[in-house]
Amino acid sequence: MAAETAVEGAAHAPTASEYIVHHLGHLSTQHQEKIIDFSIINLDTVFWSVLMGVVGLTFMIVAAHRATSGVPGRFQAFIEMVVEMVNDQAKNIIHGDRTFIAPLALTVFVWVFLMNSLDFLPVDLFSGIFRLFDMEPHFRIVPTADLNGTLGMSIGVLALMLYYNVKIKGLGGFIHELFCAPFGAHPALWLPNLGLNIIEFVAKTVSLGMRLFGNMYAGELVFLLIALLGSTATWWGFGMQVIAGSIWAIFHILIVLLQAFIFMMLTLVYIGQAHEGH
Amino acid sequence: MTNVAFVALACGLIIGLGAIGACIGIGIMGGKFIEASARQPELMNALQTKMFLLAGLIDAAFLIGVGIAMMFAFANPFAG
Repeated sequence: MAAETAVEGAAHAPTASEYIVHHLGHLSTQHQEKIIDFSIINLDTVFWSVLMGVVGLTFMIVAAHRATSGVPGRFQAFIEMVVEMVNDQAKNIIHGDRTFIAPLALTVFVWVFLMNSLDFLPVDLFSGIFRLFDMEPHFRIVPTADLNGTLGMSIGVLALMLYYNVKIKGLGGFIHELFCAPFGAHPALWLPNLGLNIIEFVAKTVSLGMRLFGNMYAGELVFLLIALLGSTATWWGFGMQVIAGSIWAIFHILIVLLQAFIFMMLTLVYIGQAHEGH
Repeated sequence: MTNVAFVALACGLIIGLGAIGACIGIGIMGGKFIEASARQPELMNALQTKMFLLAGLIDAAFLIGVGIAMMFAFANPFAG
């Protein structure tokens, strides 16, 4: 690539793979060697997800304080549209007490949308800021592009599924359903039933988390590859970067909204399934 | 063949085969949606929401595969 031959010596110019690998590393407490290592924490994921949660909460609290029953302003009308959309979906799916579940769905939607939309910040923005302070850490901005972030949220949804299962059906009823649905109550079918139910819970949780991760990770990686086009430091490379970057960013707006909506809908659907029996 | 060659082949297969499934699935679903809109235009808006939801679900396995393939391409956990 033109970049690596042009500048040698004092300023190190990374190759394409090095650039991408640097941008894919997390700011974690320790370098990760094994695939699963619970002693390491990705500090950048924690920081950005908490920050987006605070931003979302502040947004909603301001909206609630400024709400009037007279003629609404544009901000109030916008918030009301979002709340009404989530409430309609919750009404269609949950047949039971919605006083906790509908706000939960709204929280999930707003939070996931804010975290996903961090993907619109330029890829090299924080590298540039850190370089002003002479630091070059690994720093990932999008918490939902980290498998730990999304699987954490979907494990939270799993906990809610189990809680509502036990609350609606009772502990005995839940265990009875684990062993007797969907095939039948004959004792020879108990193990297959249990196996199938466990697989169902695991598949729901893993697919919920990995769907969001896959979408956001792939989106970020395409942004990085488009940024590499610009690094060729030629006029056609730069032109292609601007055009491809704009098209991909516009498409990504749809993906960000869609994935947040899908996460919210699936949360509602899974909790709704806990309300019904098999 | 070297390990790097195998990883490259694997990434291509993951993305390619996943794309076949996802595209055919969305094509069939989109065709049904257009047909339903032609039969009952008043249901178009209600069905459109559900169509986008289903599109996200159909794309899920494919994008999970893309995520894993990209991870192998750039940050391969199995090799040095």
